[in-house]
Amino acid sequence: MSEPLIYDLSAPGRPGVPLPAPDVPLTALPKGLVRKELPLPELSELDVVRHFVRLSHLNHSIDTGFYPLGSCTMKYNPKVNEDAARLPGFAFSHPLQDPETAQGNLALMYSVQEWLKEIGGFEGMSLQPAAGAHGELTGILIIRAYHRSRGDLRRTKILIPNSAHGTNPASTAMSGMEVVELPSDDRGNVDLQALRAVCDDTVAGLMLTNPNTLGLFEEHVQEVVDQIHACGGLVYGDGANMNALLGVVRPGDLGIDVMHYNLHKTFSTPHGGGGPGSGPVGVSQALVDFLPGPIVEVIEVGDEDEAPLFGLVMPKNTIGRVKSFHGHFGMLVRAYAYIRMQGKQGMRAIADHAVLNANYLRAKLRDTYHVPYDRICMHEFVAEGRWADAPDIRALDVAKRLMDFGFHPPTNYFPLIVHEALMIEPTETESLQVLDAFTEAMVKIAGEAHTDPQLLHDAPHHTPVGRLDEVKAAKDLVLCCRPAELGEPAKKS
Amino acid sequence: MAYIPHTEDDRRTMLKAVGVRSLDDLYQAVPAAVRFPDLDLPEAVSELEVMEELQALSEANLDARHTACFLGAGAYNHFVPSVVDHILLRGEFYTAYTPYQPEISQGTLQAIFEYQSLICNLTGMDVSNASHYDGATALAEAVILAFNHHRGKRTKVILSPGVHPHYRGTVRTYMQGMGLTLAGDEALGNDSAGLAGLLDADTMMVAVQYPDFFGRIEDFTALGKAAHAVGALLCVCVNPLALGLLKPPVEFDADVVVGDGQPLGIPMSFGGPSLGHFTVRKEFVRKMAGRLVGETVDSHGERGFVLTLSTREQHIKREKATSNICTNVALMALASAVYLSVMGKQGLRQVAELCYHKAHYAAEQIRGLKGYSVWNRGDFFHEFVVRCPRPVAEINRFLLEECDSLGGYDLGGDYPELKDHMLIAVTEMNSKEQIDDLVAGLKEVAHV
Repeated sequence: MSEPLIYDLSAPGRPGVPLPAPDVPLTALPKGLVRKELPLPELSELDVVRHFVRLSHLNHSIDTGFYPLGSCTMKYNPKVNEDAARLPGFAFSHPLQDPETAQGNLALMYSVQEWLKEIGGFEGMSLQPAAGAHGELTGILIIRAYHRSRGDLRRTKILIPNSAHGTNPASTAMSGMEVVELPSDDRGNVDLQALRAVCDDTVAGLMLTNPNTLGLFEEHVQEVVDQIHACGGLVYGDGANMNALLGVVRPGDLGIDVMHYNLHKTFSTPHGGGGPGSGPVGVSQALVDFLPGPIVEVIEVGDEDEAPLFGLVMPKNTIGRVKSFHGHFGMLVRAYAYIRMQGKQGMRAIADHAVLNANYLRAKLRDTYHVPYDRICMHEFVAEGRWADAPDIRALDVAKRLMDFGFHPPTNYFPLIVHEALMIEPTETESLQVLDAFTEAMVKIAGEAHTDPQLLHDAPHHTPVGRLDEVKAAKDLVLCCRPAELGEPAKKS
Repeated sequence: MAYIPHTEDDRRTMLKAVGVRSLDDLYQAVPAAVRFPDLDLPEAVSELEVMEELQALSEANLDARHTACFLGAGAYNHFVPSVVDHILLRGEFYTAYTPYQPEISQGTLQAIFEYQSLICNLTGMDVSNASHYDGATALAEAVILAFNHHRGKRTKVILSPGVHPHYRGTVRTYMQGMGLTLAGDEALGNDSAGLAGLLDADTMMVAVQYPDFFGRIEDFTALGKAAHAVGALLCVCVNPLALGLLKPPVEFDADVVVGDGQPLGIPMSFGGPSLGHFTVRKEFVRKMAGRLVGETVDSHGERGFVLTLSTREQHIKREKATSNICTNVALMALASAVYLSVMGKQGLRQVAELCYHKAHYAAEQIRGLKGYSVWNRGDFFHEFVVRCPRPVAEINRFLLEECDSLGGYDLGGDYPELKDHMLIAVTEMNSKEQIDDLVAGLKEVAHV
């Protein structure tokens, strides 16, 4: 039975949360501007609690089970992070209060800026972008501004490998630049020949995801970067897969000029069912002045007795602000807690165990599932959810059947260059026991694919709802419910 | 190492299965010259120590729990019922990913559907997306929607000077490569009639704020008519909490309504994360940015919810997508859905009225002070501009030291014409006593 909609639980006249009576004399309400109807539901607090707690039970989450969703780095989200972000001095400070009264916040932001610079090998860092794609747009606008500042107006092309996340071309298009897609070679790397053929003085830059979306470290990364630099372009690094590189290699040392982090992947801030994320952008020396601001800087150097004074500064040739205020500060608090608890040695340990876990699963599954680019991978790998001798089975069937075993399916149908892709990223926070249980389920499903394909087509069998009709959703387009008082009856459960 | 469960035995077993001798051997593809940098980071600390450190940092701030707050300007100090955070702290919600697999994500999907419904009903609009980052980026996306609606043939955007300076700044950042022109916000005196005078056949959209950055409220029906007469869209940027009291923008015939949802159950948190509302009339649904949740049925005929119209989105359409947005702020949308549910029809109206009455009381008191005047003419909601007899920074320093209050926002930086003008916000969190203290402080500082 499905959970009723919040409007279905409403009863006219039922009071919600009590509020204090006005303690000031009342003023006449503005004539002609007061609304007549306020079509919100009317519920008791207990109704609301039960409703949302029941809804929560319908979700799979990291806290309830393994979540090997490729490219998403679904690692454990430490509880201490949540407590830290809710400390009153953080949660109830106002973004526009005098910076002298927010020195704790600025000190925290400054530390996060400095640590992210060090981890990635960058000279400048803006914490403002709200998510990975937002960081990409920021980075491409920085590349554009850099070329224009040199009077180099012809550079309008951004090269993007065909294995890239969809956000790369979408961000580029938003910046007003032109997308040029690059093919991959038969080892899953950027095709160097194709790259050479398009490199000229109209190239503004290249967006490189490394490790790429096959989970492979780009074998010719140095040649790719050198090639772009030689033609006068800049290299954008998509930091979505940074979990594999912590303490292993700094993208800045590889010559990456600008990169976004996903704090909600690499640095353990929660995904929240689709955000909020945080997408800080790091840059090389040549690009520091173009960063979006404000940036936290030391205004007065401290000494033994006095803490330094921090201030908010707009970079000289900034592309401008990319959102209100100073970024997703609450996410920065969480990332601060995480980086402090991992420390210097912890960074490498994160990458090591993320990479070890992925390779272990690859080794355990490669005899059952075809792995098209089968070599030592980084934090994730891509298998195929299809068999020549089980022609009706698709990756989607495997994914849906996995739910019956209590696992979140891997990312499917991405990257686009693999047929029936299942992209598996276990992360470092999963134990050997969990990986073995997952392997066992995957092997069992492969067997079922051959002996009882209908079982897979009908899956999932043990979830709160069965397979959903996506065609109907797009055709009927029911995107909200109206309460009865607006004329249309509320949808009945 | 924190949060890594591997034992020495596990590592050995796993390395053997992989067929390598050591962890180092996993990185042969990484150029040796730059492999394994010695990172200059602090040593690890325990949870106990990190909480002490963070406690100290947090206490190095002033905050609205301990200091009276009259700052608004886009981030507001409101009451958030305890129930909101208790729901947000359910691991099933906050540790889930974007609901790509609907069979095991109905909790998030239905919650977002309810968020969409609540926001549609609050604004009067037909369709709401699942959220955008904040009000500023939602407005920037509205410009892109208008641009695409006119198939790139119109290049002019009119922005009211009463739109938040950060929002206007963000729009300019987003637009810098699009070859567009922006008009309207260069003169503080550009009111609705002034903006209407700028409309022409090249105008894709006119954007206003309601209440505006200075707290002013007005009926935009005439501006909407004028915009539509030249084929331009009307975008209204709202404070959704004010809509507990005020006419919804659908009554002005708005095409797009965006806004910042922070006032609906989200702590200020030094400015983020917040919540961007993005709503449209139904004819624009296929042009809108971001995720949408739609109702459908499952294989047993039971109601269920899925992400829908994803052919607009980057993971399908790549460079032809309506936007690059992927991760939005789903958890903040959940916060506002819980907030609106638990406040309800009566509660939201009450909060909005409390803000209105308290702000008007404060304005009346300040109006009577020698040397001060209230700049706003006409109606306002819970913010107003005060012309001060001294620089705002000096006044705020005094208010902080003598009245333990965070004073208003200094408008001189964003609006040179408003040098020595302060934007004061009053919410249900400000008691009469706090307001009286503020007024007494303002009176005193005028003569110091």
